[in-house]
Order: sequence, then C-alpha cells, then structure tokens
Amino acid sequence: MPIKSKIANNIDWFSILIYLILVTMGWMNIFSSSYTGSSFEFGSRYGKQLIMIGINIIILIIIFFMNGDIIPSSAYISYIIILLLLVSVLLFGSATNGSKSWFSIGGFKLQPAELAKLATALMLAKVGGKDKFKLTKDFRSLFSVLIIIAIPTFLILLQGDAGSALVFTSFIFVLYRQGLSFYWLLIFFLGIVVFISYFFINISLIFIILTILALIAHRYVSRNAKESYLGLLIISTIILLGLALIVLFNVKIKVHIIIAFAIFFVSLIAIFKAFKKMFLNYLIVPALLLMYISSIYSVDYVFENILQSHQSARITILFSPDKDITGVGYQTHQSKIAIGSGGFSGKGYLKGTQTKYDFVPEQDTDYIFCTVGEEWGFIGSAFVLIIFTIFLFRLMFLAERQKSKFSRIFGYSLVGVLFFHYSVNIAMTIGLAPVIGIPLPFFSYGGSSLFSFSLFLFIFLRLDAERNSLFV
Amino acid sequence: MRNKIFVIGSVIGITALIFIARLFYIQVIDTSYKLSADNNALRHVTQYPSRGKIYDRNGKVLVSNKAYYDLKVVVKSLSEFDTSSFCLLTNIPKKKIIKKLIKNRRSYQPITVKKQMENTEYAAIQEQLYKFPDFYVEKRTLRAYNQNTASQLVGYSSEVNVADLRNDNYYKSGDFIGKSGIEKTYEEVLRGRKGEKIYVVDALGRIKEPYKKGKFDRKAIIGKNIFTTIDAELQEYGEKLMQNKIGSIVAIEPSSGEILSIVSSPTYNPDLFVGKKLSENYRKIERQKGKPLFNRALRSMYPPGSTFKMINALIGLQEKVITPRTTLVLNGYDAGTHIVKDHVSGSVTFESSIQHSSNAYYCQVYKRIISNKKFPSYAEAYEEWKKYVESFGLGVYLNTDLDFERKGIIYPSTYFDKYYGKGHWNYNTIISLAIGQGELGFTPLQIANMTATIANRGYFYTPHVIKKIEGDTINNKFKEKHYTKIESKYFKPVIDAMEKVVSAGTGYAIYNPEIKICGKTGTAQNPHGKDHSIFIAFAPKDNPKIAVAVYVENAGFGSTWAAPIAGLIIEKYLTNKITKTWQEKRIMEGDLISNLIIK
Repeated sequence: MPIKSKIANNIDWFSILIYLILVTMGWMNIFSSSYTGSSFEFGSRYGKQLIMIGINIIILIIIFFMNGDIIPSSAYISYIIILLLLVSVLLFGSATNGSKSWFSIGGFKLQPAELAKLATALMLAKVGGKDKFKLTKDFRSLFSVLIIIAIPTFLILLQGDAGSALVFTSFIFVLYRQGLSFYWLLIFFLGIVVFISYFFINISLIFIILTILALIAHRYVSRNAKESYLGLLIISTIILLGLALIVLFNVKIKVHIIIAFAIFFVSLIAIFKAFKKMFLNYLIVPALLLMYISSIYSVDYVFENILQSHQSARITILFSPDKDITGVGYQTHQSKIAIGSGGFSGKGYLKGTQTKYDFVPEQDTDYIFCTVGEEWGFIGSAFVLIIFTIFLFRLMFLAERQKSKFSRIFGYSLVGVLFFHYSVNIAMTIGLAPVIGIPLPFFSYGGSSLFSFSLFLFIFLRLDAERNSLFV
Repeated sequence: MRNKIFVIGSVIGITALIFIARLFYIQVIDTSYKLSADNNALRHVTQYPSRGKIYDRNGKVLVSNKAYYDLKVVVKSLSEFDTSSFCLLTNIPKKKIIKKLIKNRRSYQPITVKKQMENTEYAAIQEQLYKFPDFYVEKRTLRAYNQNTASQLVGYSSEVNVADLRNDNYYKSGDFIGKSGIEKTYEEVLRGRKGEKIYVVDALGRIKEPYKKGKFDRKAIIGKNIFTTIDAELQEYGEKLMQNKIGSIVAIEPSSGEILSIVSSPTYNPDLFVGKKLSENYRKIERQKGKPLFNRALRSMYPPGSTFKMINALIGLQEKVITPRTTLVLNGYDAGTHIVKDHVSGSVTFESSIQHSSNAYYCQVYKRIISNKKFPSYAEAYEEWKKYVESFGLGVYLNTDLDFERKGIIYPSTYFDKYYGKGHWNYNTIISLAIGQGELGFTPLQIANMTATIANRGYFYTPHVIKKIEGDTINNKFKEKHYTKIESKYFKPVIDAMEKVVSAGTGYAIYNPEIKICGKTGTAQNPHGKDHSIFIAFAPKDNPKIAVAVYVENAGFGSTWAAPIAGLIIEKYLTNKITKTWQEKRIMEGDLISNLIIK
C-alpha cells in the first residue's frame, strides 16, 4: 500500500475538521477587530494571518508526505536547536513590550518560546519512551524529566516572558498520566488557586489555608501521625511567636512572612527525611513552599511585564510605571465589559464597539476572545468553549490509543499545552485569572503561535496515523 | 490507569463548565457591563448656549457675551510632547500641568488645562498649537458688560458649585449659573438649554464618528434676551452722583411700577466678576469699605423719618381725626416722659405741617389716630394703623422680581404688649412712630414705592425691573393695581403740601420753575453716627413720570445731600439736561466716604 493512501485512511479527519473550524473562526475575529472599513489588504494583520494559515496548510501536507521515522529521531537535535535559539534570542533578539523574545525575519517575527513547547514535548517523549524510564520508582527518571522542562522554562523566564514560561507547568499532565502521584497534580492546582486568589483574597489568609492543606498532605505522605503532629506543633509555635512579636512588641513583620518561615522550617525537616529514607513523597512540603513563593512573585512579575507594554503607548516622560494596580486591573475590566456587553446573542459580526475601537488591549492577540464575546454573545462564546473541549477530549482519545509510549507522551503533552493555553487565556478574559499574556491557540493573531500549535498538532496526527506501524 | 484518564478528563470538563457558567453570568445575568460599554464608547459633548443678553428700557445693551477659549486634552490619548515648550507657549507652570495630567491619567473625558483665554491670548498661542496635536481649543462664552453700570442689579454668574449641582440636576460641573441679581432671578430664562452631541470614541478618546449619524444630538438653544425697565443713562448718572457716598437711589415710573434706576453705592465694576477673575476679586470687593456687594436699595432698612409724615397725614384724613383745614397751635409735644422738640412753633396748618415738617403736629395726629374712640383699645387702633401702613407696601414683601428683597420692620401690637405689658402702653409710648422714627424700618425700594403710590394718588404697581422677555411674557402680577386703604380724594392736600416743600419749604434747594416737583425731606436717626439724609420726590405733579427716593448715609439733614440728588435725577430723566450745574458739581465731588469710620 502506498504511503499516501495509508496516511489518508488513518489520519483523524475529525481533528482536522475541528482544527479548520477553529482557525477559520479565529481569522474571522481577527478580521473583525482589525478591519477598518477599507478594502481588503494583505499588508494588514488579517491579511498576514491569512497568509500564515495558507503556509500552515502547506506544512500540514508536507508533514503527511514526510517519513514518519524522522519525528522521534529528531527529538534530541530539535531540543538542542531550540535551546540554542532561546539563548541567542536573549543575545540578539529584538525587544518588544519589555521582553526580549523575538527574532525579526522579513515581515514576520519568530518567537522561539512558542516552538520550545513542541521541542520539549518531543524530548520528553523521547526520554519517557525508553523502556527503563520509570517515573515513580526511579529518582533519576524524575530528575531528568524535571531538567528537560526546567531549562527552557528558565531561559524563557530570562527573556521576561513569564506567561510562556508558565505554560511549561502544563507538562504536569503528561507526568501524571505516566505515573506521577495524584498529590503532585493536587499541588499544581493548589498553586493555581494561590495564584488566582492572590487577586481576590488577603495574602495571609491564603497562606493560612495552604498551611493547613500542606499539613493534611504531610499527614498523608508521612504515614506517621507522630511526624505530622510534630510538624503542626512546629508551625503553630512559630506562627504564635511571630504574632506575639507583632502584637506585643510592635515589631514590623508581615504575617505571611512568619507563616512562610514556619513552612520553610518544616520543609527543611521534610527534605532531610526525603534524602535519608529515599522516600520522594516527603518532598511535597518543600514543593508547596516553592509553589507559594514562586506563584506570589510571578504575579508581581507578570503584572509589571504587562504594564510595561502599555506604558510604551503612553507618554513615558510623564508617567512612571503604574504600580498601584491592585485587584484585577484595567485590561481585565475592559475585557469583561466587552464580553459582557455582547449579551446573549451578541452585537453581530463586525459590529462590536469595544473591540473595534481599541478599548480592549491586545484585542486580536491575547484578548481575541473579547471579540467573540462581544460580537457573537453567549451563544458564540459557549460554542467556542465547547469546540475546544471536544477537541481536547478527542486528542486525549487519540493519545490513549497510541501503542508507543513516545506517541502517547507526545499526545498528552499536546493536550496539556493546549489546555493550559486555552483555559488560562479564557480565564484571563472573563476575569477569573490575572493577566497572563498567552495566546488563545488557533485564534490569536501571530505567526509563531499559529505555526507552532499547528506543527504540534500535525506531528501528533501524523504519529497517530502511523500508530500501527510505528514502534519507538 | 482509567482513574488517571478520568481525572484529566474531569479537569477539562469542569473547566469548561466553570467558564460557561461565568460567561452566562457576565453576558446574560449581569447587565452592568452593557452600560459600561456605552460609557466607554460614547462621548457626550455638551453644547453650551450663550446666555441671553440683558438690555435697558431703550434697547441699550447692559450685558452681552464674549468668546473665551478653553484649552483641553484627553489625557488617555495624549502622546509624548515637549512639555517645556508647551509650558512656555501657554504660560502654565510645568509642575501644575504635570500634576494635572497625572491626576487625570486614566480619564477618557477631556480635561481643561487652561481656562478662559481671551481672544488676544488665544491668538498668541494658536499659531504654535499645531505642535501639540492632542490639545484642542473649545469656545465658551462669558459675560461682557457694555455699560459697566447697575452691577448689583444685573448680578453676576459663575461656575456652579457643589450646592448648585445638588439642588438642580440640570447643571453639570463646569456650567454657569446666575448667582445674584437678574442673573439669578431670571436664570431659567437667561440660561437657554444646553445641547448635546454624541460621538463614538475609541479607547484613546479619539472621536471616530457622530453616534447614529447625529440622530440623538440635541441643539443648544440660546438664552432669551431680557429687556429691563432700567434707563441705563439715568442709572449711570445716579451712580455718578452717588460716587464716594454710601446710600442708594430708587426711581420708579409710577404709572407702571417699572424701576427706572436702582443705585446702591458704593458699587463695583462687574467686569471683575467675569469667569476666572471672580474668585480672586470677590474676596477683595467683599471686604471693601462700604460693602459694594450689599445692595442697599433692597436690603438696607432705615427708619423713614419725616417722609413718613405723609402716611400719618393720609391715615389721619381717612380716619377723619383731622381735615385739610386742621390748624394746631403748638410748642413741641409733651409725651409725658419727654418733650418731642420741634423747630416749628405757633399756629401750624395742615399744609405747613408737611411743608416745614412739623414734628409736634404729627405727634398730635398720631395721638388722635391711636386714641380714636372708634377702637376699644390703643392696641386695636394701632393694628388698624398698621394695616394702613402695610397697604402702602411698607413692612410687607413687595414680591418684586429682585432677589434678596426685604420685608422691612413694623411691629404688631403684641410686640409692645410684651415689651411694656398689656394695657401698659399708649400713643405716647410709641410717639416716635408719628415722625417715622423708632420701631420702623423700610428699604429705599419700599419708600420709593410709597412715593410712587402717593404720586398715583392711592395705588401702586409692584415694582419690577423686567419689561420684556424675548419670546415670552412677563408675570401678570406686575400689571395689577394695588390700592391703599386711603381714598384717592385725601391725596390732593398732601400732594399740594409736598409741592410746597419744594417751592417754599425744606426742599427748596431743588426748586425748578420748569418742573412741578413734589417732595419731602427726611432724616433717619442713626444711633451709630451721623444721621442719614433722605429725600423722596415725584414729578411732574400731574401725570407723574418719575418717583424717586434718595438715601445718603451719614449725611445729616435730607435737604443738604439727598434732596439735590433727587432733583438732579428728576431733571435728568424728564428734560435730559441739567440746569443746576453748580449743584451737580458739588454733589459729584462730595466725598462722604473717605473720612468715614465704619464701625
């Protein structure tokens, strides 16, 4: 049987269909938010995006004709190339919006961070696909996985693109699927909860709640009541002492610093035990601590990033960067207004005022969903959400039917990255999450983003088409 | 393994459910976002009408409008600009503008960076303004005073304050409102109606297009013009005569109640209260000697003094306690506890009692009125007397169209009951009322109206300052005759005597063979210093055209200052020429204010 017909028979046309629906809807909304009433122009943003969609479809076809064996064997080389690109963008890249993450090639901009997700997924699949790889039993396996994820994350953080760096946490889904304990997934979601509640609730309260959760977790993993009670005793003693200092002696310490200190102390004990007994689950307590601290700081970090980009549009000589935005902030407010004003059935295509007149910042990139919400209303936006959800379920289904570990890991990486992008982006536009500048897959304007998501998807679909013959 | 797939699947599913629920809330349930969207995308630009003009009775413009220019900017759409050269051009301190811009940095609404530039000032910066494309100029009109006269009467307007905004929701911050005088009483006529243009704007506050092609725009309607009853020339002349004196002149046309002139001295230059100059000048003028902001013609209450003798004469005649032939032999009046002194003695006729202003004669008349056997008690006689007085518009609100009008003072009998005890007072206790002193206080306007009432032989029209409102009618109450309780026939002997006052009595200083003037001097006792000089007059005797009351504070007898001023006003109004130029010179140069110590 010729390769061509074999691929055509086995390819998942359903996913292709959903992909085409999403890209078309995305382009229509980019058109709506950047259309100015004049005749069609290829130099405009919607024109460029249309060219990008064309290029992507060509790549899709190329990938389907290419030798499938290349994919697994290219993992190492693509990972290394991406790391080199990430380093060189730091040195030679052009800075926009305060982060140095772009290469300018001709009229288009290349953002290595977008492709880094794909390369990392390939690398994870390659390493995880090996027979001796045992995530739960082998400390070195976990360590190597963490390193593979951590290096690009760190490099992207250096670029000042905290949003893209956060995406790498989504690999937790793959690790969970491949055997990581449920508690790690729980910690991940707790981290998200902390991150989000930072905007709504008093910081000390979050720490107190999380301390209790940490102790419950500690109780589970230690399998020894005595140890967890000891932890509780230490934490409460430190907190009480700290409070006494504040109340009785008017010492100026913030409550959450005391709590953080208490958790840190218990963490030290836990780390000590983890190494002594080689029992990895003890690491849950220090992991929690890390999670708190990093999420708290990333909130500030992200905020300052986003604000820098807006600042450039204003009079820089007059205004110093705004640091007084607490709570949800300007962009989210405008975004909610745009979506909310769409009502049940929307204002009609090309009729949105909020998005058309630039009230929503980044209206055709990170905030593209506002145009959907305003012009298509609840019906349209719910439709988009349902399409995405069906798409994710479909991809999970495809990943599960893979016979090779490589393909499954790669598939779950795709599900994780897509889910993270889609959920964080939507949550941001409807005011459920702080402003994290990441695009909505297949919708947002931007060549790099569309290209890397398409490539990611097509490679997986190609792997899926050969699921019966591919053994890595 | 199934467990894990289920967990991951649930995470995806639950996330979608949370999002859909949230979308349903903000898009379908909560309607506040819709409203915010309108506020976001639409800019309501107020179209300010110019205020109606104010004219005098002959069509001369008293108050008109002048264009001013506000320099504005929407801070959200402001791009980088050269602050230093901008400040140099507009003459705004750099610190001030930076502070203002930072304060409004989130504002989509235009803010004013420089207010009310005059034509010349605007012309000077206009050429250079293209360098600062985000700034634009908006034209507003403010008051211009063409005659510099009658400033207390026309009043002034200013930007609304917090209280105005609370009282009437028509006003928005930055609007103008009449604060005193005609500007205040006729505010609703003068202000016109604000218009509104609605534009679609983008996020940077840039106007994109008229909203729905201007379907919901409203044109501004300019304020209606008002024609006052004031004679600008006479008003200006009166103000000149009163310069360097404290006091007032009120001149009324008796046949209509129209106020020809209403002077309160000292006065101020109304130009000082235009626009942004107001706040700095207001305090200055408020503290000036003689309180220029205080409209004495309406607000100051003086005892009427001897001008009140005509009222007691008329009441005496109506009550038939005297006749025009009543002649009394007098040598002062013994009020029991004290003697009321009189410069007239011997046999005094009715006519000479007015002509020479006999105090004792009117003490006798007052005694007869209050002790009239018709009434069971002094108190009841007093109440009846009070009703007579009030029928002249004295001690009651006249309900003119001027703001801050005062009622005046005339006490009910219960006041004396309380003060002296019921039944423990009689005509002698209150004998000073016979000669217009003591427990009486009337405004110059009320006394001028009293003069007009005598001139009309028994009735008056409510004094007013508005003759016509363009495209509107004036209140019918100003066309209504108010009759006194005195029959018309009793006025003749009183008026004859008043003519004698001028031709051969205390008012001889203003005798004019060409005009038959009827007048009466008066002196209002002033416990704080020198007495106030009063003169009332009307002319000509038949078909009177003008009734005038003149008050000069701390000027002593009525004949020295007040009478000549009244004479000049009458001559000026009736003949438009001055024969007694020496008198005019003396009055204009007379300075009663510089040496005055005001307590």
